[in-house]
Amino acid sequence: MRPDTDQIWAWLAEVPDPEIPVISITDLGIVRDVVWEGETLLVTVTPTYSGCPATSIINLDIETALRARGIDNLRIERRLSPPWTTDWIGPEAREKLRAYGIAPPIDGTAADGRLAARVDRLAGGGNLAIACPRCGSTQTEKISQFGSTPCKASYRCTDCLEPFDYFKCI
Amino acid sequence: MTGAETVDRAALVEVLTRIGDSTLILGHRVSEWCGHAPVLEEDIALANTALDLIGQTRLWLGLAAEVEGKGRSADTLAYLRDAAAFRNLLLVERPNGDFGATMMRQFLFDAFHIDLLQALAGSTDTRVAEIAAKSIKEVSYHLERSSDLIIRLGDGTEESHARMQAALDDQWSYAGEFFVSDASDKAVAAAGIAPDPADLRAGWLARITPVLEEATLQMPTGTFVHKGGKQGRHTEHLGFILADMQFLQRAYPNSVW
Repeated sequence: MRPDTDQIWAWLAEVPDPEIPVISITDLGIVRDVVWEGETLLVTVTPTYSGCPATSIINLDIETALRARGIDNLRIERRLSPPWTTDWIGPEAREKLRAYGIAPPIDGTAADGRLAARVDRLAGGGNLAIACPRCGSTQTEKISQFGSTPCKASYRCTDCLEPFDYFKCI
Repeated sequence: MTGAETVDRAALVEVLTRIGDSTLILGHRVSEWCGHAPVLEEDIALANTALDLIGQTRLWLGLAAEVEGKGRSADTLAYLRDAAAFRNLLLVERPNGDFGATMMRQFLFDAFHIDLLQALAGSTDTRVAEIAAKSIKEVSYHLERSSDLIIRLGDGTEESHARMQAALDDQWSYAGEFFVSDASDKAVAAAGIAPDPADLRAGWLARITPVLEEATLQMPTGTFVHKGGKQGRHTEHLGFILADMQFLQRAYPNSVW
């Protein structure tokens, strides 16, 4: 008997992101769809960045995890649209990122200026200060728009003086 | 019926290859900085930019191969064509020069790239629109960074200002090729799949003018344009890039890891 898709989602929620292992691939919001097509399971995944080197590892990890649960007929498809956004990272995952030492994304700071998030920010809904994940100070400065992986920027805390990664918005 | 079904297939392959080859060759050029940039943060930023461009290349050349329908792939297009079959803009194959020249080339290209992608995001071909929408997010960061650095270096010391002005003067006539349309461009534009490059010139000037002004740089007045890259007529530099980039597949055909 084939397992239902809720079960599959639960299994996928245990697959860690290869570069940030404290969050799962479902926390990251990159698994877009799980459906049975007859006897074949179709998992649809969207890339974070088009050149993200983790993409092929993620596909391999999904396949390994599901095969270990007895799913042999499996197809992984790439879906580009709608393009992945950091808005899909849920509140719990953001806390896990912070505890791991990565400042979570702040909605509305994407360079391409997503309108809804900007409106929210202007209405006081967003907090633009990027807090240091180590000491919590909001006295931080950007060192570079680019960091250790494509999805991060480099920041520094001017209170505790520690450098840290900020998960930048796209 | 979508635009892709009505347009001449060879023209569409041509236009997709031009975009993919330009991101590929620029990505390769930028990656040459890895381990050589003036400071660590810039080294990382350059490598990240190159990675984005190579990632976009896989999507564009993958689609070009799919539309072509001759069993080729993004990899075979990148690694198994000779210089005359490449369709990239001449600007992106030119040597990096110093850090300032590299950033000037990036800025001139980014300011064009973003508007090209904005137009492609409204393409009648959904495959094209999806790749463009994805790429815009990445290229927005490229443009933000290159604009910042043009201002900082242009309006910097006497030395940095002189170098940035020299880089702008040197590259200006190559940037002109962005906006030269030919029959393939016009056929694809008529089907609503891609913009006519000539129509992007005004927007590009509007983007670069305020940045150059703030950078205290003088916009060149020359109208001469170096062209031919989009038709496969390249500078002597492309062959050297390909010799480096394609070595492994040429020496060890079909090797994978």
